[in-house]
Amino acid sequence: MTLPHANLTELERKLLNDFQHDFPLTPTPYADMAKQLGVSEAEVLAALAHLKAAGAVSRVGAVVRPNTIGASTLAAMSVPAGDLERVAALVNGYPEVNHNYEREHALNLWFVAAAPDGARLQHVLDEIAERSGYEVLSFPLVEDYHIDLGFDLRWR
Amino acid sequence: MNTARALALETPATLDATDRRLIVETQGGLPLVPRPYHALAERLGITPEDVMARMRRMLEHGIVRRIGAVPNHYALGYAANGMSVWDVPDPCVLEIGEWVGSLDFVSHCYQRPRILPAWPYNLFAMLHGRSREEVEEHVQMIARILGQYARAHTVLYSTRILKKTGLRLNG
Repeated sequence: MTLPHANLTELERKLLNDFQHDFPLTPTPYADMAKQLGVSEAEVLAALAHLKAAGAVSRVGAVVRPNTIGASTLAAMSVPAGDLERVAALVNGYPEVNHNYEREHALNLWFVAAAPDGARLQHVLDEIAERSGYEVLSFPLVEDYHIDLGFDLRWR
Repeated sequence: MNTARALALETPATLDATDRRLIVETQGGLPLVPRPYHALAERLGITPEDVMARMRRMLEHGIVRRIGAVPNHYALGYAANGMSVWDVPDPCVLEIGEWVGSLDFVSHCYQRPRILPAWPYNLFAMLHGRSREEVEEHVQMIARILGQYARAHTVLYSTRILKKTGLRLNG
């Protein structure tokens, strides 16, 4: 689903690159963005809806500091290739798992799990280990060093 | 360290039940309607002014990092994603972590526990690039600058996204 940059309009590119950080906290934020960009509010709303539908933005919203509400961790498993589909499906079946990647390493399955509290999180990890038959390593966050200013898409 | 983070460390986050519901309501995104905070206010049974004041307060305290468009790197052509992991001496991890975390091709930089002997790495930095070669150049650059402070490192490339949804928590 790669979206070539050429398919994005100038307005869509600006919305993507210039509003990762400073979305207005005002009664009519889209109208205020429109004013800054010299377009109409309807154009901004349509462009954002298109970016979302095309998958270029996952959402327009708040990025919350990890572990602010609830508990989360990055977990890893080492699963033989022949059993990966079964274990991936098993892991994906948990609503607590929001990312799951296959990676090139002896630890080849990496997923992020989040739950309302630490006990529920541990229960999910234990259950995955028990049902899959493989050990689950948990790497909970100790410290977050990233100063999140958004991601410069470097189009200009 | 920037001011917002320094403040966040000094001021313990006190979130009331309404703040939590606000986070849960907005984690999927703000409504694409002319008055999104009014729409949220209606759902939460509070005033729009209260919604904006709470968001502003959580921003100031670093609970909300930022409000804005969250780009999907894959769809935008940043197809290569490498999870670089580093074994750095514990006394240096703060300084090294803050430097790596400030690089513009790094989207996440976390200290996580080692699990010895299988896993000696204590610093995780997610690197993005248009190609694997570009990610590899970023890795080499970091390794060159860290020198002997990086006792070991490797990069785990993703071969498949098996699941990717936004953070979902039930308040």
